Amino acid sequence: MEKVLLKNIDKPDAYKIDAYIRYGGYKALETALKSDRDHLIQLVKDSGLRGRGGAGFSTGLKWSFIPKDPTIPKYLCCNADEGEPGTFKDRGIMDNDPHLLIEGMIISSFAIGAGTAYIYIRGEFVFGIRRLQAAIDEAYAKGFLGKNILGSGFNLDMYVHSGFGAYICGEETALLESIEGYRAQPRKKPPFPALAGLYGKPTVINNVETLSCIPAIVEKGAKWFSSIGPAKSPGPKIFCVSGHVKKPGLYELPMGTTIRDIVYNHCGGILGDKKLKAVIPGGVSAPMLTGKDLDTPMDFDSIAAKGSMLGSGAVIVMDETTCIVKMSYIINRFFSHESCGKCTPCREGTSWLTNVLGRMEHGEGRPGDVELLESLCGNIFGRTFCPLGDGAVMALRGALKNFRHEFQHHVDKKACLV
Amino acid sequence: MLSENAKKDIQAALRKYPNRRSAVMDALRIAQADGGGSLTKGAMEEVAQILDMRPAEVNAAAAFYTMYNVKKPVGRYYIQVCRNISCSLLGAEHLIKHMEKTLGIKTGETTKDSKFTITTVECLGSCGTAPMMQINDDFHENLTTEKIDGILKSLK
Ligand SMILES: Cc1cc2nc3c(=O)[nH]c(=O)nc-3n(C[C@H](O)[C@H](O)[C@H](O)COP(=O)(O)O)c2cc1C
Ligand code: FES
Repeated sequence: MEKVLLKNIDKPDAYKIDAYIRYGGYKALETALKSDRDHLIQLVKDSGLRGRGGAGFSTGLKWSFIPKDPTIPKYLCCNADEGEPGTFKDRGIMDNDPHLLIEGMIISSFAIGAGTAYIYIRGEFVFGIRRLQAAIDEAYAKGFLGKNILGSGFNLDMYVHSGFGAYICGEETALLESIEGYRAQPRKKPPFPALAGLYGKPTVINNVETLSCIPAIVEKGAKWFSSIGPAKSPGPKIFCVSGHVKKPGLYELPMGTTIRDIVYNHCGGILGDKKLKAVIPGGVSAPMLTGKDLDTPMDFDSIAAKGSMLGSGAVIVMDETTCIVKMSYIINRFFSHESCGKCTPCREGTSWLTNVLGRMEHGEGRPGDVELLESLCGNIFGRTFCPLGDGAVMALRGALKNFRHEFQHHVDKKACLV
Repeated sequence: MLSENAKKDIQAALRKYPNRRSAVMDALRIAQADGGGSLTKGAMEEVAQILDMRPAEVNAAAAFYTMYNVKKPVGRYYIQVCRNISCSLLGAEHLIKHMEKTLGIKTGETTKDSKFTITTVECLGSCGTAPMMQINDDFHENLTTEKIDGILKSLK
């Protein structure tokens, strides 16, 4: 497949605007500005593009919820918080090809009628923050940002807002709270951001990869995009592969590529030719799958049918020597560390889970601990204010479903099975 | 006291937003860099004044986000080692122990000469080049014990 999202990733000068233009950049912007808003929204709907931030919601549909009244200010926020462990695709785009994102954001802002766009990037990405700011400055100098962009009458300002270490800022309403200068705790929905988002105004929040798909859709058309991969979950997708594979890294492949193809063909198989034990298909919130699921296509619906999530497309591979109890402990410790503290089931529940998993892992498990984990999961799931707590439970339930005996062994024998 | 440069940077940050409060994260980041990597009570009070916020509101924001080192001085080299899943699968714990031994401190501590602080962090989005750590602004990836030794030696 011809690369779309990572086409410039190996070109060391693509981050500079002149090189980006030389490689064909900012042509889509010209085309888009000559077209009209409704047409662009329809185009993105027809393309079948679904959000790459995790939930897989139709991007065109999300845009269509924005009120058309030109007198109401509107915002576009790019979610570049990239905090789901295992995920590093947005960083790949921002570090190497920042103008791809910026071009996608200008077109998207035009389509929804936004006059201001923010990029919410996690604070640890210091390199990316500098790259983006320099790229935004270049885009202003070329007249792609600011007043009357390319003579179209469209005005847009774009700013970088850097986070400062909180996974919850990736949740879209927490992200808005954070830009407004508050502690990043999720808001109650409804109202949805499309009607009352940033500063109470209509707002679209999209992931970096989602927005980076837009220029190619404008240039090559909705049909081209929707013909890549499965009909209900189409397009190119960046998979972030890490863990026990020979060649970890970013792979842009059609949606629906199987896990086997990704792990054994593109990534060269398991390190040391060991056997695969488990694979997390979409970041640590996604329940782990096992060897029997290797032929599952990596797209939103096929992975959901296996009881997991495509999530952010972070594929974490574990070989036969991996202790699932230890990995579950690490994953849960992360969630309890990142719980924003707003609701009790998540705040108390995830830290209790971590305590129990920690004592199991350290050879101090008590009889009944496996059952305790299961009952704690039941008390968290579906009762939290936002999906963070659910993510913690889904991950642990996935591990218990496939590897319950390992947890029991830790309790009974005070030792690892592997 | 915030330096003149820091104050100028905060004024520039204010231009990005329709209200002053939205600049609080930028302002705290600027104040932290200005203060050598940590935030003092005085700096936070100045930020509150510039942004027309109550000091308690600024403190609440600073306390929420883990990258603000509130009243927690750190060494000149602030070493943050990732302990999340992809790094752990490739030996992060071993590297942390190695570093603790080499520097003679435990995670969370600073060397007596105030040169190094070691701490652990959750995933920093470098999982494809794990294991990794961040020292001040820079990422160091595909780490081995030998590579760490080289990096520590090169830091003056
Ligand atoms: C706890 C939590 C963390 C999230 N983290 C991210 C993130 O880091 N990046 C992201 O794009 N979306 C993240 N999301 C999803 C966003 O809430 C939102 O659905 C997404 O940004 C929408 O963009 P999309 O439609 O382009 O996918 C997170 C959601 C939750 C509940
Ligand atoms: S797990 Fe260490 S950088 Fe992602």
